[in-house]
Amino acid sequence: MPAMPLLDIKNLSVEFTTRAGTFRAVDGIDLTVDEGEVVGIVGESGSGKSVTSLAVMGLLGSNGTVIADRMQFGGKDLLAMSPSQRRKITGKDVAMVFQEPMTSLNPCFTVGFQIMETLKVHEGLSGKALRNRAIELLEQVGIPAPESRLSAFPHQLSGGMNQRVMIAIAIACNPRLLVADEPTTALDVTIQKQILDLLVRLQKERGMALILITHDMGVVAETAQRVVVMYAGQVAETRPVDALFKAPRHPYTGALLDALPERALGKRRLPTIPGVVPGIGDRPQGCLFNPRCRFATDRCRIERPALFDVDAGKARCFYPLSDNLSPDAPVGAGEVL
Amino acid sequence: MTDILTDVMPATGPVVLEAIHLRKHYAVKRGAFKPAATVKALDGVSFQLEAGKTLAVVGESGCGKSTLARSVTMIEPPSSGQLLYDGRDVVGRTASEMKELRRTVQMVFQNPYGSLNPRKTVGSILSEPLVINTPMGKQERRERAVAMMAKVGLRPDQVDRYPHMFSGGQRQRIAIARALMLNPRVVVADEPVSALDVSIQAQVLNLMMDLQEELNLAYLFISHDLSVVRHIADAVMVMYLGRPVEHGPKDVVYSRPRHPYTRILMAATPRVNPALRAERVIPKGELPSPLNPPPGCPFHKRCPHATERCAAEVPALRPVDERLVACHFAEEMA
Repeated sequence: MPAMPLLDIKNLSVEFTTRAGTFRAVDGIDLTVDEGEVVGIVGESGSGKSVTSLAVMGLLGSNGTVIADRMQFGGKDLLAMSPSQRRKITGKDVAMVFQEPMTSLNPCFTVGFQIMETLKVHEGLSGKALRNRAIELLEQVGIPAPESRLSAFPHQLSGGMNQRVMIAIAIACNPRLLVADEPTTALDVTIQKQILDLLVRLQKERGMALILITHDMGVVAETAQRVVVMYAGQVAETRPVDALFKAPRHPYTGALLDALPERALGKRRLPTIPGVVPGIGDRPQGCLFNPRCRFATDRCRIERPALFDVDAGKARCFYPLSDNLSPDAPVGAGEVL
Repeated sequence: MTDILTDVMPATGPVVLEAIHLRKHYAVKRGAFKPAATVKALDGVSFQLEAGKTLAVVGESGCGKSTLARSVTMIEPPSSGQLLYDGRDVVGRTASEMKELRRTVQMVFQNPYGSLNPRKTVGSILSEPLVINTPMGKQERRERAVAMMAKVGLRPDQVDRYPHMFSGGQRQRIAIARALMLNPRVVVADEPVSALDVSIQAQVLNLMMDLQEELNLAYLFISHDLSVVRHIADAVMVMYLGRPVEHGPKDVVYSRPRHPYTRILMAATPRVNPALRAERVIPKGELPSPLNPPPGCPFHKRCPHATERCAAEVPALRPVDERLVACHFAEEMA
């Protein structure tokens, strides 16, 4: 294992300026990804998981401000880079697969053109070599008859095929890190299985690191090695996949798992989490999860917990769950807000 | 029902809705010089829906789930086949009888962001069905709307709010409340929780099950999520290219799936619990074009067990081991 992580982010916040004021969508998260590691980021809508990935890619709009203590990729400081230096990395060393293949591909250009565009810009290929490389990529992502598909437009292909094209574009320049934001949400289950297997196969073959962002706990459980659970812009819990799903430490993770129909076999009612994820104006005092947490105490309502060490990882909770899902004795002291 | 059909799962309780060999074919133009093609969106679907029970329809996009919902809710008449509500056929009814019949079946749509009119308050969304279908006065309609809001877990003081002021889960509660305003006996729910987050999904599923118990509703629950279906359904019908391929009681189908497609769907569903994960069968290929379905068994090109017989002969839906299944080799799948 290398001494330095491939992606190293410390205390990342992303703020958006809106007419209603400033909104902090991501609030002080730390994220490290090692070379060849598969990290899953899970959370409900509004938890900040997509904004985090866009900040890593440098793809935030002009109203988004990135603040971080440290943001390094392969030892290089992403924050200190000029936009043109950053563009040399984005799409080459760090590539991204988006959720909706049908809307992420340009409908006006052929699939071949869109793959070759990346190769021209980053690899300087041209002519026959360019075409051959594009065909080779389509073959690698499992598209039948790749030569003839080069001249196809996205609307002529199915959703699953388009997602394969997106993946071909993303891996075109042998990236060291691939960020996949809900890559299978728009697809049917059998196609989802094919795409996930493709991503994992490519990741293993190339020793590529993969960040898999999803709301589907099952997808994370089957694919990732380490999981980051996000809630309202913060990391709630981060632990190795088996430990997290076997014995969650943060009450939010526990409640999310309990709400899955898969875990409620035989029970008529599903355990629910009351309330909703806090929005722009209603972030509570103290722990962000306290209004929905069944273990919350007065301390949780006043103090905001830091990320404490729990077995094999971290959890942002004063009273982390023990193996039988009741809160442990309190740990550490939080920052008083 | 007088004659005995071998391809209908027999009901055990009072049947509210019965579909017999429903077909819906669409003519599709393929250009000026080609003859129009036929898409068999629904190709012979039969089922019985009991009061207070849930029949889940499972399948991937293009399998005919949504066409089935449109036929059952009488949004579109079927091309052939019969649809019976309480034993009365919907075909050949007069306009006023149809209006009366339509009240008995209501629908909840997938996307609560698209299915509620953003320019109407919750109160007027909920009372609109009453304006059209009942002689109630304004005051009474409002009272009904407020009572229904309380029933689905919304605060009655929010009656004058607009849909954008609610979260996704609350909007789906509004959509459910709207469907229940006319006291239907059948609710067709087309992917009602797939646009919602896990924690909200659990709330809405609980609500639907509570309402079913209280009002003795029959649900036709359309979903692609097998773990949700396993939780809520009493019977399951798996569809592929417009036909049922496996249809039976939930526990039978889940514990011993007999159709290769059902088995592949179950294996492809991501599981949190490693013990529940099936061996890694990676399904081959994609759904064939409904314009040009393969000969023989529609699934044979993707099926790991396919033989020459499957390419030549369409398997009939037949009873095997307490359920109906359309596979030549259903007996050997165990």
